[in-house]
Amino acid sequence: MSDAILSVEELQTHFFTRAGVLKAVDGVSFSVGKGRILGLVGESGSGKSVTGYSILRLVDAPGKIVGGRILLKGKDLAALDPEAMRRTRGAVVSMIFQDPMMTLNPVLKIGTQMVAAIKAHVKISTADARKQARDALALVGIPAPDERLDVYPHHLSGGMRQRVAIAIALLHKPAVIIADEPTTALDVSIQSQILAEVRRLADQTGTAFVWVTHDLSVVSSLADDIAVMYAGRIVESGETGAVLAHPKHPYTAGLMASVPSQAERGQKLVQIKGSTPSLAHLPEGCSFRPRCPRATDICKTMPALLPLGDTKVRCHHPIVEHAS
Amino acid sequence: MTKAMLSIDNAAKRFVTPASMGDRIAHALGGPDRTQTVHAVTDVTLTVAKGEVVGLVGESGCGKSTLGRMISGIYAPSSGAIALEGTPVAKMAGKRIQKLTTRVQMVHQDPFSSLDPRMRVANTVSEGPVHHQLVSAAGADDNVADMLVRVGLDASTRRRFPHQFSGGQRQRIAIARALAMQPDLLVLDEPVASLDVSIQAQVLNLFLDLRQQLGLTAVFISHDLGVVRHVSDRVAIMYLGRVVELADTVPLFDRPAHPYTRALLDSVPKLGAGRGAFSAVAGEIPSPLNPPPGCAFHPRCPFAGPRCSVERPILKAGDNTPGTVACHLYDGGT
Repeated sequence: MSDAILSVEELQTHFFTRAGVLKAVDGVSFSVGKGRILGLVGESGSGKSVTGYSILRLVDAPGKIVGGRILLKGKDLAALDPEAMRRTRGAVVSMIFQDPMMTLNPVLKIGTQMVAAIKAHVKISTADARKQARDALALVGIPAPDERLDVYPHHLSGGMRQRVAIAIALLHKPAVIIADEPTTALDVSIQSQILAEVRRLADQTGTAFVWVTHDLSVVSSLADDIAVMYAGRIVESGETGAVLAHPKHPYTAGLMASVPSQAERGQKLVQIKGSTPSLAHLPEGCSFRPRCPRATDICKTMPALLPLGDTKVRCHHPIVEHAS
Repeated sequence: MTKAMLSIDNAAKRFVTPASMGDRIAHALGGPDRTQTVHAVTDVTLTVAKGEVVGLVGESGCGKSTLGRMISGIYAPSSGAIALEGTPVAKMAGKRIQKLTTRVQMVHQDPFSSLDPRMRVANTVSEGPVHHQLVSAAGADDNVADMLVRVGLDASTRRRFPHQFSGGQRQRIAIARALAMQPDLLVLDEPVASLDVSIQAQVLNLFLDLRQQLGLTAVFISHDLGVVRHVSDRVAIMYLGRVVELADTVPLFDRPAHPYTRALLDSVPKLGAGRGAFSAVAGEIPSPLNPPPGCAFHPRCPFAGPRCSVERPILKAGDNTPGTVACHLYDGGT
């Protein structure tokens, strides 16, 4: 895609542990355009969060980005020195974490934290910074933003705190925001308020989002595109509607069938047998092979992520529909 | 209807936070009383028939977990009564309450904290039944093997410790531990909330299997409407400590009556709903410290009228409602 703001190419993030080299992210490529939302979906251990952290270069030892490029507006983040990366973080690309109680400082007022975040990147008077902070709070739909500047995080509900976290991420009008399971800890009625807000912000401000989540249902109404990860690799990607209407990878299909609302009430759910493999003992070839109902001998070699119809799939035996 | 296994009659649970020393002195000198009372569960009436699975649904702070703990005897109700096959739970003491606690077993949300990390699985599963003489010490090992196989684990894993299992397997162990007590009633508090989707499906399937084999009676607590719809016969929707709607699962999901139930169902993200399909309920859940007067949902309700902020609606059947509902819309208008 030529108009991509962020394109990740063959990203590899490995963890060097005593148990061996864990390839948490192993050759992940995707791109996101202006105002688009990419849903990065996977279960625990799939590498979805590490991919998000890698983009902001927030992976600590023993983890290390060992290969690939992270092109943000044409600049490779993976090659930046720490100081240049610090100036980029928060200004051009920012992050929203799962638990806003952990990311907001509990002993500082909301306004103080936001002003500090603004002044970290631009020379500006405190009064002007407060005005910007106030506008950011209003933008994410927080009622009475002037008063909210003077409260502490514990005064706010979980949903409000997450809105503040989103407002902070938006302060410098970044090109890209990485969101790591930001609504997982929230109740459904609050989650749907936040999702509607994020969709509106993406459309209005042109900010691109990478939305990391385990929940396929969330991305189905939020994201423009989907990339499904399994054991450090993207196994299927494409436009949201196309992927969900006809999942071609057996893992994507299995995940969708596992969601209870899809099944007949009281009937057994279609389950994926076994559990996610440990990164230390990945099976040879396709990582999904031991759990896959369609696996054959050829699956002992790693399939490539190839275009098939209007999506891309990494599978030797993709589910293709027969024309009726 | 078959005989009620569990009957809850107007049960309530209040948690009182005493005022600080300073506030108490101020109160004695004529200042305001700063004692805070959280009305976690208020006037819940519910019966569970033998062999029935009832789902308790609601968002955080609605009192569903507190109610679960009251049913299993962890909390005594502040008022009202909970009875198991006609025997009131609250009045029991000593040996009798012990006898009761063996009849109701609980499965908790997080299998990482509900299993003793230093105890081998065999001991975890056999400790209860051996202590209560449901199985002899000599037969304990066979019993453990039976239970593990029943929940889909290999009997040879019984010498292992919890950390050697994955999250889904640990939840199976927690279920095995509960079943080993041969309970009459199972209380499951968000049993699949901490599991990955594919593992969640495995545990739900196990629950459906066990239900069929053993004819389990259960209270299934979850915030996930899809999960509850899948496993329950009847569903109680809770909001701020009260049951606002109670009905058979299928009609409830087909034509929910209470505006909160409708809003909740609409908020759930659905696969294939299409891009941008959100319908958010306005506002937030009020604090149970100061529940709004009248109907607790009225500040967020699109249908609220003058009556709603004054008079509390009563849970009862209305015209064409799927079950009972606490809403003035079905009781003479708002």
